[in-house]
Amino acid sequence: MTTDKLIISPSPHIHSGDSVEKNMYGVLIALVPAWMVSLVFFGLGALIVTAVSIASCVLFEYLIQRFLIKGRITVGDGSALITGTLLAFNLPSSLPVWIILIGALAAIGIGKMSFGGLGNNIFNPALVGRVFLLISFPVQMTNWPEPGLFPLHYTDAVSGATTLAMLKGHFGEWPSYAAMLSGKMGGSLGEVSAIALLIGGVYMLWKKIITWHIPVSILLTVAVFTGVMYGIDSTQYANPFVHLLSGGLLLGAIFMATDYVTSPMTPKGMMIFGAGIGIITVAIRLFGAYPEGMSFAILIMNAFTPLINRYVKPKRFGEVINNG
Amino acid sequence: MLKTFRIGGIHAPAHKLSADRWPVTLPLPEQVMILLSQHIGAPAKPLVAKGDTVKAGTLIAEAAGFVSAPVHSSVSGTVAKIEDIVDASGYRKPAIIIDVQGDVWEDSIVQGRFPDELSPQEIIEKIRQAGIVGLGGATFPTHVKLTPPPGSRAEVLIINGAECEPYLTDDHVLMLEKGEEILQGIRLLMKAAQVQKAIVGIENNKPDAIALLSSLAATVPGITIVPLKPRYPQGSEKQLIDALIRRQVASGALPVSVGAIVQNVGTAFAVYEAVVNNKPLIERIVTVTGNHLAHPCNLRVRIGTPIRYLIEQAGGIPADTGKIVGGGPLMGRALLNADVPVTKGLSGILLIPASEAQRKPARHCIRCAKCANICCMGLEPWRLMNLAEWKEWEPMKQNKMMDCLECGSCSYVCPANRPILDHIKWGKNELRLAAAAK
Repeated sequence: MTTDKLIISPSPHIHSGDSVEKNMYGVLIALVPAWMVSLVFFGLGALIVTAVSIASCVLFEYLIQRFLIKGRITVGDGSALITGTLLAFNLPSSLPVWIILIGALAAIGIGKMSFGGLGNNIFNPALVGRVFLLISFPVQMTNWPEPGLFPLHYTDAVSGATTLAMLKGHFGEWPSYAAMLSGKMGGSLGEVSAIALLIGGVYMLWKKIITWHIPVSILLTVAVFTGVMYGIDSTQYANPFVHLLSGGLLLGAIFMATDYVTSPMTPKGMMIFGAGIGIITVAIRLFGAYPEGMSFAILIMNAFTPLINRYVKPKRFGEVINNG
Repeated sequence: MLKTFRIGGIHAPAHKLSADRWPVTLPLPEQVMILLSQHIGAPAKPLVAKGDTVKAGTLIAEAAGFVSAPVHSSVSGTVAKIEDIVDASGYRKPAIIIDVQGDVWEDSIVQGRFPDELSPQEIIEKIRQAGIVGLGGATFPTHVKLTPPPGSRAEVLIINGAECEPYLTDDHVLMLEKGEEILQGIRLLMKAAQVQKAIVGIENNKPDAIALLSSLAATVPGITIVPLKPRYPQGSEKQLIDALIRRQVASGALPVSVGAIVQNVGTAFAVYEAVVNNKPLIERIVTVTGNHLAHPCNLRVRIGTPIRYLIEQAGGIPADTGKIVGGGPLMGRALLNADVPVTKGLSGILLIPASEAQRKPARHCIRCAKCANICCMGLEPWRLMNLAEWKEWEPMKQNKMMDCLECGSCSYVCPANRPILDHIKWGKNELRLAAAAK
């Protein structure tokens, strides 16, 4: 052959084969167990809410890229699917379609595309959508259906209270630990099953999609903070296990706070970020007006991420000399 | 647990296709093109003119300064011309072109004995005269490395047998073929550097080389063979020192600041030949490899041989070749054509099919932090790329851009296919130019 058509480019000349898609679809696979559990306990409602949320997020991203930005269409990268899934996971399974559409528009339109799309957003898009809805539709957003076994209810579901709401109001009986682990309790449709969420987390760690730093630092901080408060007054405050297994803590720690774009870039920064989320979450849960503070905590720490990246540097080679 | 360096690193598929191919001596080509600059430092100054007759081993260009290296003819024949040819950098550089006639060697090249009586200075002078440069690819003149700046003293000689780049096997087969000579070369280097201890680091994906050198080293006092966990870029000086003696060379400092001098196994063999046989550096082993190549192999070739001739030996250039790389896949250079000659620092030739030669389009950074996690210097490649794009010179320096050793791991792992290292290289170059202009 002639060699006058050789490709000239700087090194390296090989690539790992990793891609945005591999990471995004990896997260989606990790979300499957929690989604299956939501179908079991919330049935038809869970199916409709996830389907509407995912479809509308993808559609809004496409429409905005096509007609407003007039740029490259990147809905295939999987990130809109994740936003849609996570938004749905943070909603009650009885939420009407029109509210879901507003949430999806806030998540994709305000949370993501207004900053320039994947990679440029400051706040976790799904949480932007959720908090937008929580503030705009507080009644519908805190109307949690009772779990059943493949129930065929949607907006007509019978509602109950979440563990955290019970803690806040000091009423009712907490679900058993078995219920909290399996997910047979009231709550947003994807947050209820601790086991399913942990399976997803282990999968992402195994596939090296995330590192342990953010989830572990959040869970440890929450455990220590609530443990201390429980030690001070066990009649006023719930024990750490209830806090770890209730509300959106595991969903947030494993899937939302670990969002690449909105979390810090160094292990040390990630742990500061995680500790901040833990502290703010517990502060809101114990002393704030809302029963749950995970969404707010993550969004607040998202805002600190650029600052953390600026001041927390990785351990440079050569700064530790002769310490062997 | 196996030793390795402490910060970052990647594990790329090894693809050591030619690991079991014993080195074959390539028949002489009709013509060689010997570049005057095959080392870091000033190009050598030619001593011959068109029509001169030379032998293999004849000095044809002298060193132009301390940080420079002489160049010898690798063949016997007649000097055809001295002209600029395209080298691995893609630019035209001066070279001496010699038509090959027969294979007559300089009389001074002999089968010698191990010279116990030579002083360190005499060994260093022989190394300098033989034109030996770092054969791992960096091509820094070896005599310069063996002459530490005043006030610093070496304690240990570190020998690089890591060969951490995928595909390359030239050091591996050299260790198997010339283990005894390499150990003698290490003894000479120890004497030259005036150290009592030498450590040879070999990644444990080469168990046969570890076993052979360990058994040979058992009888030589002061030389230890240490298996290493395969990890790229372990063959980099700073990383290898960290892996073997747990000391980190500070930013901008030389290895000797932590008492270490690093040499490659190929360099140790060249030192043996230079001191014992009086043989200048006129040939080396080159790995010719690639997944779609008919016969990946290791070839012992004379310096100046066109690489096209080497590839023919390996089965010829496949029709779907899209890229020819001089060196390994991570740090090597894409060559302009197959007429580039073999230089002292060329460890391998890698052919990449067209389907794998093209980069995928770059996407937005998704801030996955993978580049920062694998950076072996503890840098933030994503940030350095941004700073270079924005021409933020001061922050580039503050964020230690000059510490980057250009191993390419960041671009290799980036899921968004961002050309991170391209920007860092450009930024480093701009910083160097700015510093030189002052």
